[in-house]
Amino acid sequence: MSKILVIAEHDGSSLNPSTAKTVACAASIEAAEIHVVVLAAAAAAVAGEAAQLDSVAKVLTVEGPENEHALAAVLAPQIVALSAGYSHVFGPSTTFGKDLMPRVAALLGVNQISDIMLVLTSHSFKRPVYAGNAILTVEAPADKVVVATVRIASYAAVADGNNAAIESATVDAELPDHTRFVGVQSGATDRPDLQTAAKVVSGGRALGSAESFDIIYALADKLGAGVGASRAAVDAGYVPNEMQVGQTGKIIAPDLYLAIGISGAIQHLTGIKDAGTIVAINKDEEAPIFEVADIGLVADLFKAIPELTEALD
Amino acid sequence: MQKILVGLKRVVDYNVRVRVKSDGSGVETDGVKMSINPFDEIALEEALRIKERGEAEEVIVVSVGASEAQQQLRTGLAMGADRAILVDSQESLTPLDVARIFKAIVDRESAELVILGKQAIDGDNSQLGQMLAAIWGRPQATFASKVELAGNKASVTREVDAGLETIEIDLPGVISVDLRLNEPRYVKLPDIMKAKKKPLDQLSIEELGVEVAAGIKEVTYEPPSERERGVMVDDVAGLVAALKDKGLV
Ligand SMILES: Cc1cc2nc3c(=O)[nH]c(=O)nc-3n(C[C@H](O)[C@H](O)[C@H](O)COP(=O)(O)OP(=O)(O)OC[C@H]3O[C@@H](n4cnc5c(N)ncnc54)[C@H](O)[C@@H]3O)c2cc1C
Ligand SMILES: Nc1ncnc2c1ncn2[C@@H]1O[C@H](COP(=O)(O)O)[C@@H](O)[C@H]1O
Repeated sequence: MSKILVIAEHDGSSLNPSTAKTVACAASIEAAEIHVVVLAAAAAAVAGEAAQLDSVAKVLTVEGPENEHALAAVLAPQIVALSAGYSHVFGPSTTFGKDLMPRVAALLGVNQISDIMLVLTSHSFKRPVYAGNAILTVEAPADKVVVATVRIASYAAVADGNNAAIESATVDAELPDHTRFVGVQSGATDRPDLQTAAKVVSGGRALGSAESFDIIYALADKLGAGVGASRAAVDAGYVPNEMQVGQTGKIIAPDLYLAIGISGAIQHLTGIKDAGTIVAINKDEEAPIFEVADIGLVADLFKAIPELTEALD
Repeated sequence: MQKILVGLKRVVDYNVRVRVKSDGSGVETDGVKMSINPFDEIALEEALRIKERGEAEEVIVVSVGASEAQQQLRTGLAMGADRAILVDSQESLTPLDVARIFKAIVDRESAELVILGKQAIDGDNSQLGQMLAAIWGRPQATFASKVELAGNKASVTREVDAGLETIEIDLPGVISVDLRLNEPRYVKLPDIMKAKKKPLDQLSIEELGVEVAAGIKEVTYEPPSERERGVMVDDVAGLVAALKDKGLV
């Protein structure tokens, strides 16, 4: 039997949806007992949400002022202390999990598996490599704890109707003071979160300026969609970095993805492989994005997008 | 600070359409263009700028892998690194092995800062910086888009899912870089000539006293399932109709 510890991702007040997806991956391991741990300054609200997730047997909380911000160097030794008795320790393959889990693994003296996309057995998994151009099956040693991140775009969140027990845990670990949180700057919007939105509209270099992105936002708002971008659009400063979709940005799986003025470079396509329906609007009929699009329209976006936004009334 | 170490990994060039070998043992690399991992050029550029500002004495580029990686190290020397170290290994190493090798070089050189890429675009692991920092017992600042040094502290802005996070770390430490940290310089021909004279040391894993261990096994590579080409519509009305048809709007 597998006993799996899932590290909750949160912002101090609510649970990030990546956690419910990580739990879904853990639940696909046969006969798994799943615990979620919330490390926070004050954990009650987040733990309450985690306790509702289906398949979760228990929620552990570790509270303390040092856990106010998710610093990998501070969290990792605590997770190592908690990991005794678990066969698996999982986190999401968000920037939170990618920063943290390799540090946990190295402290435990084991390797880490990045981006599990499919569970074959309790110790063998599939994961994408080479920007998703190859899928690698890996096998972890049976006698060691499996530390991994879960590719959240590959999993649908578990439902929440559960009422798992919440227990506070104390850990005995020496915490470093060599790493300090200074601040976070985010272009928070009311739009749906890119990583969990059912619909996403993305713009590319073709938009040409930050102002022109307004037509993308207008369309997104009409659809109730999140907004993303290609690396070229982020590099050019049209939009902030957290909107980048792709191999080195966010990997997403919305039901509907609209790629507007995006050529379809392999690094971008990696980020949208699991989208339900891909729509491409590009003025170049040879653009590689059309090779993967379910619905393609060859058009000038500056004409087509306002027209589309209008037509959706 | 005295020394900065920079990791340079030799990888299949990012423009290559990677193909899985028919026997599933890996991806096709015969006759395929190999380059420095793009993130590592950014890491090296940052190290060079730190040195040029007078905040470090020496930049050492390090590669762990096949002897062909000398090519990439020479390019790094031509960009401006002072020295190169190749840890020769034909066998495939796990990220933890590579982290232990880097730790041994950190000790040997008494390096105070290690700058790496945020991920190698072959394995897409994004692990080495974090693992090295862990076994070194030092801070990590991953996914950096801005680095400012002041004495033995570094203020690092990180590209995270929520936006831009700033942390402060005490050095020694490890920084892994993201795409928007800087724009790497181009190598000029005279620099390539000069680089031929710069030292490139080869070390074996045994010399470094590192024991490699069996870790996660690579069982088989397979091509991903392909998305099929869909339909083309003629105009916006056609697009709306197609979306309605699928119940998406
Ligand atoms: C290490 C590495 C990592 C990377 N990671 C990522 C990543 O995570 N995400 C990512 O997106 N990219 C990534 N890239 C970059 C990627 O290779 C491409 O350069 C990038 O995706 C191109 O962005 P784009 O499609 O917006 O721009 P372009 O390739 O310039 O395409 C613009 C498109 O707009 C079309 N167009 C122009 N004008 C109009 C108009 N008026 N109407 C309609 N269409 C128009 C053009 O026909 C063209 O197809 C990475 C690259 C490297 C090397
Ligand atoms: N074999 C290697 N030789 C040199 N540097 C490496 C090697 N493997 C990883 N790195 C460095 O570590 C970074 C992250 O790699 P990875 O954790 O493999 O995704 C890379 O961008 C390199 O800077």
